[in-house]
Amino acid sequence: MTTAVVVFPGTNCEHDVVYALDSLGGDAQLVWHRDTDLSDFDSVVLPGGFAHGDYLRTGAIARFSPIMAEVRLFAEAGKPVLGICNGFQILCEAGLLPGVLLQNRDLAFICRPVSVRIESTDSVLTRAANVGDVLTIPLNSYEGNYTLDDSTYARLESDHHILMRYADSDGEVTPESNPNGSVTNIAAVANDLGNVAGIMPHPERATEELLGSSDGRVLLESFLLSAAGMANV
Amino acid sequence: MTGPHTDVTVTVRRRPDISDPQGATVSRALRDLGYEVEDVRIDKIITLRVSGTPNDLNEQVAAMCEQLLANPVMEDYEIRIDE
Repeated sequence: MTTAVVVFPGTNCEHDVVYALDSLGGDAQLVWHRDTDLSDFDSVVLPGGFAHGDYLRTGAIARFSPIMAEVRLFAEAGKPVLGICNGFQILCEAGLLPGVLLQNRDLAFICRPVSVRIESTDSVLTRAANVGDVLTIPLNSYEGNYTLDDSTYARLESDHHILMRYADSDGEVTPESNPNGSVTNIAAVANDLGNVAGIMPHPERATEELLGSSDGRVLLESFLLSAAGMANV
Repeated sequence: MTGPHTDVTVTVRRRPDISDPQGATVSRALRDLGYEVEDVRIDKIITLRVSGTPNDLNEQVAAMCEQLLANPVMEDYEIRIDE
């Protein structure tokens, strides 16, 4: 099973993602944004960074990179697609995930570990986790303030496609534990099929105790598991 | 550009129901300075010089807005074409 890790000009987390996936038994390869062929891959990750300088809006230019037409077909075929941080923003701009990520409520670039509570296991990112699990994962973003309209929110909630919420270390979802102003503390969501997921914190930076936390492993393991057994997702 | 061209101004605004953290911060700062400000929104103004004459541009610029310049999930846009 081979995962494509897409590199846009300005992407900067691609090597971390490759390292993390490889260390978990995956086989990840970098794919340049001008490439137009994903036929050798069974899953795709859009990693974090500042694709195309975040000019105009985060993800606004990246969604038109040549590879994105293939990513769209890939997603529509039900194959696993994961956007981390800037990758999440790109998937929202591309319309592959609902909503949008605005500047953080307090206009601060947030770079610190946060606690997130698993809200649903109905996705390629969370299938190996348990609802109620509390994970500590680094957040590293300026535009992490997830916003969506009421009807889309209601649909996501009822379909169990809100995957994670920022919480305190006991798993309580409180206003105080909301770092960036996201609607109801949302940290990660999935699309209707559950095969496209976006997460704001960085699971690839929490895969070894040496890094301060290995809580991100279960998420990347879920993703690799989904890629291996796509038909079951 | 050698042929006829037209100057176009596109204003991109967050929809009223979408929060504007920058506007809210500026609003607080203005109140701290003693101004009686109720609300501030920070919009984007994009100026373009486009090939063609004014009368055949509206549709094209609207398409630019829908496709790239604005995100319809959170923004509205207004087009002004210089005659």
